[in-house]
Amino acid sequence: MARGKAVIVGIGQTEFSKDSGRSEQRLACESILAALDDAGLTPADVDGMTTYTIDNNEDVDLVRALGIENLTFSSRVGHGGGGAVGTVAHAMAAVESGLANVVVGFRAMNERSEQRFGQSQMNNTGGAKGAGTGFIEWSLPLGSATPAVWTAIQAQRYLDRYGLTNADFAPVSVHLRQMAATNPNAWFYQQPITVEDHQNSRWIAEPVFRLLDCCQESDGAVAFVVTREERARDLKQPPVAIRHATQAVPFESETVTNYYVEDVTRFETGVSTAKTLYEHTGVGPADFQVAMLYDHFTIAIFWHLEANGFCKPGEAADFVRSGEIGLSGSIPVSPNGGHLGEAYIHGMNLIAEGVRQVRGTATNQVDDVEHALVAAGMSAAVLGRC
Amino acid sequence: MSDVKSVERPAPPQGSRDSAFFWEGVGREVLLGQQCTGCKRFRHPPRPLCPHCRSFEWKAVELSGRGTVHSWVKPIHPPLPMFPEGYLVALIDLEEGIRLLSNLCEIEPDDVENGMSVEVFFAPTRDGGRIHQFRPTQEARRG
Repeated sequence: MARGKAVIVGIGQTEFSKDSGRSEQRLACESILAALDDAGLTPADVDGMTTYTIDNNEDVDLVRALGIENLTFSSRVGHGGGGAVGTVAHAMAAVESGLANVVVGFRAMNERSEQRFGQSQMNNTGGAKGAGTGFIEWSLPLGSATPAVWTAIQAQRYLDRYGLTNADFAPVSVHLRQMAATNPNAWFYQQPITVEDHQNSRWIAEPVFRLLDCCQESDGAVAFVVTREERARDLKQPPVAIRHATQAVPFESETVTNYYVEDVTRFETGVSTAKTLYEHTGVGPADFQVAMLYDHFTIAIFWHLEANGFCKPGEAADFVRSGEIGLSGSIPVSPNGGHLGEAYIHGMNLIAEGVRQVRGTATNQVDDVEHALVAAGMSAAVLGRC
Repeated sequence: MSDVKSVERPAPPQGSRDSAFFWEGVGREVLLGQQCTGCKRFRHPPRPLCPHCRSFEWKAVELSGRGTVHSWVKPIHPPLPMFPEGYLVALIDLEEGIRLLSNLCEIEPDDVENGMSVEVFFAPTRDGGRIHQFRPTQEARRG
């Protein structure tokens, strides 16, 4: 089997909504077909597949539905949305090792109309198997039952340490909604907000998160296609290089219920992915023209900015307030509107936007993107031009 | 007051083979920590061996029950009817060097400060169970 560098050659997605009206399997198939069509490939070309441990779709069902001949590679990535970019790492590894020729990565969910993450998990007896969290045993009995509370526990320490308040999150929310306002695919298209809107929204976890600090709940699916660079020459789209992609599971870390690392104000997982990526690629924070940063809550943008070296620890609030994450700032963040503005497809829509930014086809396009960072916490990648 | 004493709150889990000792202790109002027999370090959450000296030998040791608030939050939405209105969730740094999630009781949110001294007590749950809770120490109340 021929080997070579892995590249992203296709992206596809469904509409983003609050009620898709169809099955998660159908959403997965629609997004995969769209991504293959974008690449100029068909299901007959696919021999690899990767998704999240907590995606409800089975690979056997998708092979059966799409008419795929055979998968020689199939994997799942843990750590919930934090592991999102791990799908890119797995696809890259499969292609570059020769385990597969064409790998599709996807995430499909009716997260608003069927299984709402933001509702109480008190009756979640299934546990978080494979998701990398300890919330069932060590959080639920104490009434810590939602991602907002799990994350707020860490965020409160951050705010207290640096003398900040919830108002310091407002510019993050305003920025992402401003980006979404000019993105026709975004749920919050043409619906920008003000700092006052943010501050007037109701408390979700006091005194840390208000409603407008939280990502949306969404139905939808996004997929990408990875193959090797030589193969990409014959395909429809200019390929996007995966300079490197990595996962991170640091000592004593957990997904969202991350209480046991020595310093909860330091985004240990993001620090780890940045270290790996910068060592492997030789690229540093000054070399990115755009950053797609996983925003389950506004605080995450602060954590990513600091962990990846865009600013120093404790300086993210000032950095954001001074406009550095805007389209004309030093590091434009999530020009699709991110999870707060576009949709919450669990990180996969951030990967797709990273690809568009490198291609130069995004709605809110940043000029001359040579390198894009896509970071989800426990996984991250450097995308770039071939 | 965020005084968590409701008997409606869910009974704690039995735990896994590695963590059952903790919940068994809580059930009889004793806060237990997992201490390595080899290097004497405490660890939480429980695990089968010490990550520092790799010893599988350990003892369940009664902890002092004293610590400080590492961080805290007041969950607002969605409401959890089985918990008292206004309850606080807090991460506690215990004297033995381990960190444990719990509830912070007998204090108003405006009075909570990270680093304040707290002590353990136990509240009843549904099905006759107990759950570990923390409240400010006498010194902290006077403070």
